[in-house]
Amino acid sequence: MTLEPGRPRPEPTPETKHFWDGTKDGKLLLQRCGDTGKAYFPPRPFSPFTGTRNVSVFEASGRATLHSYVIHHRPVPGFKPPYAIAVVELEEGPRMMTNIIDCPQTPEALQLDMKLEVAFVPMDEAITLPLFRPAKEG
Amino acid sequence: MTIKPGEIAIVGAAESTRIGAVPEMSQIMLHADAALNAMADAGLKPSDIDGFACVGPMMPQQLVHYLGITPKWVDGTGVGGCSFMLHVRHAAAAIHAGYCKTVLITHGESGKSRINATPRPPEPQSLQGQFEAPFGPMGPPTLFPIPVLRYMKTYGVTHEQLAQVAVVQREWAGKNPRAAFRDPITIDDVLNSKMIAYPFRLLQCCLVTDGGGALILTSADRAKDFPQKPVYILGSGESAETTMVSQMQDFTSSRAFRVAGPEAFRMSGIKHSDVDHLMIYDAFAHLPLYGLEDLGFVGRGEAKDFIWEGNTRPGGKLPLNTNGGGLSYTHTGMYGMFALQESVRQVRGAAPAQVPDVKVSVCHGVGGMFSAAGTVVLSNERP
Repeated sequence: MTLEPGRPRPEPTPETKHFWDGTKDGKLLLQRCGDTGKAYFPPRPFSPFTGTRNVSVFEASGRATLHSYVIHHRPVPGFKPPYAIAVVELEEGPRMMTNIIDCPQTPEALQLDMKLEVAFVPMDEAITLPLFRPAKEG
Repeated sequence: MTIKPGEIAIVGAAESTRIGAVPEMSQIMLHADAALNAMADAGLKPSDIDGFACVGPMMPQQLVHYLGITPKWVDGTGVGGCSFMLHVRHAAAAIHAGYCKTVLITHGESGKSRINATPRPPEPQSLQGQFEAPFGPMGPPTLFPIPVLRYMKTYGVTHEQLAQVAVVQREWAGKNPRAAFRDPITIDDVLNSKMIAYPFRLLQCCLVTDGGGALILTSADRAKDFPQKPVYILGSGESAETTMVSQMQDFTSSRAFRVAGPEAFRMSGIKHSDVDHLMIYDAFAHLPLYGLEDLGFVGRGEAKDFIWEGNTRPGGKLPLNTNGGGLSYTHTGMYGMFALQESVRQVRGAAPAQVPDVKVSVCHGVGGMFSAAGTVVLSNERP
C-alpha cells in the first residue's frame, strides 16, 4: 500500500534513529531494560523502570492486539475520513499508536483485542511507518 | 512547618467580562480583563500584588509588564488546562514560605476568535511528533477519547450512559445565564449529533470559546480584611504522567488523577462524605467518569450508574459540574480556571445554580490528554 501525501512526517533524533532505521529494514525494534528484562517504548537510551543505561535493542515479533481506538470523521491532510487512530498492545508488552490497514474502518470490523500483525509502509525514502493489519489465520 | 488546612485563602475571583465569542479582545487582554475584575473583587490594585502565575503560551513576564505588577514570586507552570490548580497549590506554598503575600493567577485564551493565539502543533522531533502525529490525530477530539473504548469494554459502559453525562451537564447549564449552551438535550439528541471521533459525537465534546479568569490568594490571617468572604484552601494535589495518551499506563484510569486526588484529600483531612460540591474538568464526556472513580467517590466501573441514577444532577447527592462544564458552559482550551471559578462561587454561595449549604467543594482538573492533574479542596470554613 502507499500512503497519501500530507501526513505529519516524523523526524528521528539520536535516541530514536535505530527505531526508524529498523522500520525501513522491515524490523520493529523495541528496547529492553537490563535490570528488569521488561520491554519498553518509545525509544530512549535508558530504562523508564529503573533508570539504568544498561538497555538493549531487540526485534519484536510484530504481533499485537487492538487495545483501543477512535474513528475520526473529520478531514485531515494525508487521511481519508473515516479512519481509525488506534493503540495496539504489542506481544512484548508496550503499546503504540498506529493505523489499522486492510480492514474496514468501522466499529463492527475493529473489535478490541483482535489479533494484528505489523505491516511496514514506506512514507518516503527515509521513513517507513509501522502500521498494523488483521493477523492472517494460523 | 507544613502548611495547615485553611492557612491560605482565595480573596478575589472573577471571569472575563464576557465569555464565549469575544472578538474585541486579544489573548493578553482576556488575561488582563479577568485580572482587573478579580482585583476589583478583592479591592486591590496591581501595586498590591507581589506574586504572579500564568500558563503558556502567555509568559508571566508578559503579563506582569502589561498589568504593571512587580512580582517577588513568579510561576509559569504549564501542564495544560489544570495548570491553574497547580498555580493555586504552588501559590499557597509560596505564601506559606513567606516568598510573597498576595498572588494573582490569570488565564486568558482566544480559543474561538484566535486573536494573538499561538498554534501548538507537535514538533516533528518530539516523541509525540514521531510516535503519534504520523497516525492522524488532529487535536484533542481525536486524542482524548482514545482510551474510551477500552474503558467501555472493561466496565460494560453503553453509548447511552456516556451520552447521559452531556444531558445532565446541560441541565446545570440551563440554570447558568453565562453558559454557551442552555437548551435541554436528550440522550437521543446526543447520539444523533454529528459524529466527530467514534465513539464521541459533537455533544460529547467540549466547546471552543474565548474567555479568561483570575484568582487572588493571600494568607487566611489577612483574608478577613477583604470585601469578599474568604474561600479557604484546605488542601491540594498535583501530578503528571505523559504527554502521549497512547502511553498512559492504564486506559481505564489516570495515574495523575490517582496521585493528585488522594493527596488533596489527605492534606485537607476531609472524607468523601464531607464533599458538598464537585467539579471535574470535562473536556470530553468520559472525564467525569474517570474522575469520580480515580478520586474515590465511587468504585471502579460504578461511575456510569452513579451518573445515570441522577446523583450528579440538580437535586442529586453530589452536584457535579454545576456551571454546565466544558461541554456546555465554556471551554477556552484550558478550562481549569473556569472550574475553579465555579467552585469559588459555590463556596461563596454566589453561583447562579447555587447548591444549598455548600461548605466543601472539590475541584479537579486535567491537563493535556490525561497528561497531568491538579486537585484543590475549598471551603468557607477555616478548620
